[in-house]
Amino acid sequence: MVGLLSILFVQSISQRLKDKTEWVPYAAFAGAFIALFSFGQSDFMFYHSYKIDGLSQFFKFMIFLGLAICSANAIKNQSMGKANRADYFFFMFMSSFGLLLLSSTVELFTIYISLELASFSLYILLPLRNSDPRAVEGTIKYALFGAVATAIGLYGISYIIAGQHTTYIHALATMSWSFSEQPMALIGLGMFLLAFVYKLALFPFHFWAADVYQGASNETAAFAATLPKLGAIIVLVRLMAFNPGMEVKTMLAIFAALSMTIGNLAALNQRDIKRLLGYSSVSHAGFVMMGLVAGGSYGLAAASYYALVYMIMNLTIFWVITRLSDNGRNVYVNDLRGLYKSSPVLAFVLAVAAFALVGLPPTAGFTGKLFLLNSAWGEGFYWLVIVAAINTALAIYYYLNLVRHAYTLDQVVPAKINISPAGTSIAMALALGVLYLGLLPQNIFNLLLRAGNFLLY
Amino acid sequence: MNSSWPVLSTLIFFPLAASVLLVFIRRELAVRQVSLAVAFVQILLALPLLKFRLGYADFQFVELYSWIPHWNINYHIGIDGISFLMVLLTVLLLPFCVLCSWTYIGQRVKEFHICMLLMTAACIGVFVALDFVLFYIFWEVMLVPMFLLIAVWGGPEKKYASLKFFIYTLAGSTLLLVAIVAFYVAGGTFSIPELIAKDFSFRFQAWTFLAMALAFAIKVPMFPFHTWLPAAHVQAPTAGSVLLASVLLKMGTYGFIRFCLSMTPDASVYFAPLMIGISIASIIYGGLVALGQNDMKKLIAYSSVAHMGFVTLGIFVLNVRGLEGAVIQMINHGITTGALFMLVGAIYERSHSREIKDNMGIARFLPAYIFFFGLFSLSSLAFPGTNSFVGEALVLIGAFEHSLIIGLLAVPGALLAAAYMLRLLQKLAYGEPVVEKARQWKDLNFREWAYLLPLGVLVLYIGLAPTLALKTMTPSIEKVLGYIQASNDNITLEAEHQTSLAGLLEEKNLSLKE
Repeated sequence: MVGLLSILFVQSISQRLKDKTEWVPYAAFAGAFIALFSFGQSDFMFYHSYKIDGLSQFFKFMIFLGLAICSANAIKNQSMGKANRADYFFFMFMSSFGLLLLSSTVELFTIYISLELASFSLYILLPLRNSDPRAVEGTIKYALFGAVATAIGLYGISYIIAGQHTTYIHALATMSWSFSEQPMALIGLGMFLLAFVYKLALFPFHFWAADVYQGASNETAAFAATLPKLGAIIVLVRLMAFNPGMEVKTMLAIFAALSMTIGNLAALNQRDIKRLLGYSSVSHAGFVMMGLVAGGSYGLAAASYYALVYMIMNLTIFWVITRLSDNGRNVYVNDLRGLYKSSPVLAFVLAVAAFALVGLPPTAGFTGKLFLLNSAWGEGFYWLVIVAAINTALAIYYYLNLVRHAYTLDQVVPAKINISPAGTSIAMALALGVLYLGLLPQNIFNLLLRAGNFLLY
Repeated sequence: MNSSWPVLSTLIFFPLAASVLLVFIRRELAVRQVSLAVAFVQILLALPLLKFRLGYADFQFVELYSWIPHWNINYHIGIDGISFLMVLLTVLLLPFCVLCSWTYIGQRVKEFHICMLLMTAACIGVFVALDFVLFYIFWEVMLVPMFLLIAVWGGPEKKYASLKFFIYTLAGSTLLLVAIVAFYVAGGTFSIPELIAKDFSFRFQAWTFLAMALAFAIKVPMFPFHTWLPAAHVQAPTAGSVLLASVLLKMGTYGFIRFCLSMTPDASVYFAPLMIGISIASIIYGGLVALGQNDMKKLIAYSSVAHMGFVTLGIFVLNVRGLEGAVIQMINHGITTGALFMLVGAIYERSHSREIKDNMGIARFLPAYIFFFGLFSLSSLAFPGTNSFVGEALVLIGAFEHSLIIGLLAVPGALLAAAYMLRLLQKLAYGEPVVEKARQWKDLNFREWAYLLPLGVLVLYIGLAPTLALKTMTPSIEKVLGYIQASNDNITLEAEHQTSLAGLLEEKNLSLKE
């Protein structure tokens, strides 16, 4: 990864190589393979602040995979000149690098630094769009919000240190986390969690999501909507593995329920698809929280599985949106009309992605949700499960609207959408991936379960 | 009893594979021909099912493969007497659906047939699934093609109708999913036979019953959850209406028998009065509203509400006669209402109107058409000698066995059926023709004969010799009632202790607070 970064750095400062970026997705794929092969390994590095285990390698694999898809998606980025392309990829990879570190760090300060690395690169990435004021606006919102959230997180760390005298997660895991014994540490943990909850766009830290996605170019939004959340989820998985007290859990469960509901309600009325996805991601964050709240090896595995599913289905739908947008402009729901005629493949892929986001079987969205519901119900969060179920019903309306526009209404889009064979095949591969994860989750879930067990014992 | 050849899986996956094949066919005619061929091959593939052993209550043709061991989810399918009949009905109707869309569907023919095949696969899946998750998957998958059938090929109000259908049914299903999860956590398995064998506490049963009953009541649909049905029916293309009425609605009543009665017997007994009340409301309401309709499709849609009310009534009187009647009525409603929708579609192709007043007095010009319309109308109003008579009579006998008052309350429904169907038939056959064009309409052609005649034969066959159908399902029904019986003995003791639902709610709140 460092090698890739340095090559990109050279590219971005040299004049001649500026637009030769076709190799980037392949490199990311290679990274995914490396992560795949290093699955069984486990080791500590950097004074035990960096741990390589099944979970971290799985998340690294996911991040590389997502990165490969995002960079492939952005290869022909319409919304900026060739001059910026190498810089763009440089920052995209830099941000991913931060996330890769994040998936392995097991010490609070290292976590914090990795998080900042990932965030700062993203702050630069987001406004890279052809002189669009909205992009800058979204970025400023994101950066200010992010600064506050990380500050709160840092403040939380200081409380944890004051209470528990260590910043190593494996040491913290053995300590008591009940409010009666360790009020300070628990408050600190809550605050530290908030930094990641913000990354995840969970209520009440969700306000940036829709604006940022809308402001950023389609390609950047695809990146920003998926990968940083993985980074947040893995840290939350690691933190929830030491089973904090019921107080923290209940608080997060309430946030989860509010996230689902508010995200869905806000999404109902959106015309800009990226805003819609922004709000829908808020509700999905609520779903992921369900698994984290449930805890235990099944709950954490379910949350990780849902993270993977979430990434794949969002990348799928963003892939379609990027293909639809002819000059990098934002796509509105009405632009989907008659998509079925202009590109049957894209319409099919869109339908698969939308139904997955609803959580209809046989897509991955359903399987992921089923695991989450099972784990939460098993832990006694009955009300949360019922809220989640009702929210699924709420979400139907706007996702179905996308499909309805694509399949039933008359055309307004240009008769032909120029899409390369490679673009088509990746779209189909993504759709099949969504179906595969829905129908045959066993192997991957197994891996996650084993990885989760490492954490707990 | 494991069968060597996976009959049921073939029935599910053959239409799926065929729908993929259709993607690559270009010509419209070829698409229709291939779909028809697929439908007939599907019937051939169903022939091994005739080895079904009568008088045997357990599941047969069982297939069991491990699927997601961690959550104990298996690919587990099989049929008993009840689902056997449902599968047969689904398989039989497919070729008729293809035939009645032959000229009706003019645009996007390929996608239409793909949707139909997907529907068929999912419906068969629902009836044979013995794993709760598998059942739910099929139950939901079926929504998508149905939604598209209405949304793409529907009438002028298709957008509203299709969204309403989808959201209504899915909203009910989400609570079903919660119930499934609850069963898994309480029972440790998703396997339906295993869950049936388990005993759950009354409180647990009551809540899961309510969650499941809501999903099934929306699907059936029972009053007051019926509003999506007329909208969907009126807008859907003929084949869509047929599939909707004949197969989709049956999933709800099937669910009542398979899940509510078998898994939550105590709660079923407890809530039976409520369900009977709603059923009777459906019967009377559906009949009265049907009486006032001037749109033929709407009339038949509301008559469906009434007929399905009879089915749920038969289920919840909780005795053998009632349940036998209910299952027979499920089949009958599939045949009769399906045929009536096809007939309405046929006349629509001629007059381009579904209003009664535009199609009056056609007995002179279309004698064969009116013959069939008369036959199916009589079947719909349960005329002795037709299939529905058997079912409705059994349901009424069951209702009277249950209590005199319920029987008396249900009888007007039967009279109403006669009123609205005969009114429709009388106007259609002997009313004053308003349209002179009716003289030029052709009577039934060969294709229409081909799909109406077999259905007509079935009507009379079940009406005159219902024994075979009864023999098929009676053991399974007795088994279901066995659970009810076992819990009945408990419930008399418990009922005195059990408080009303309000008490349940309080307990629930308390347990949450803990």
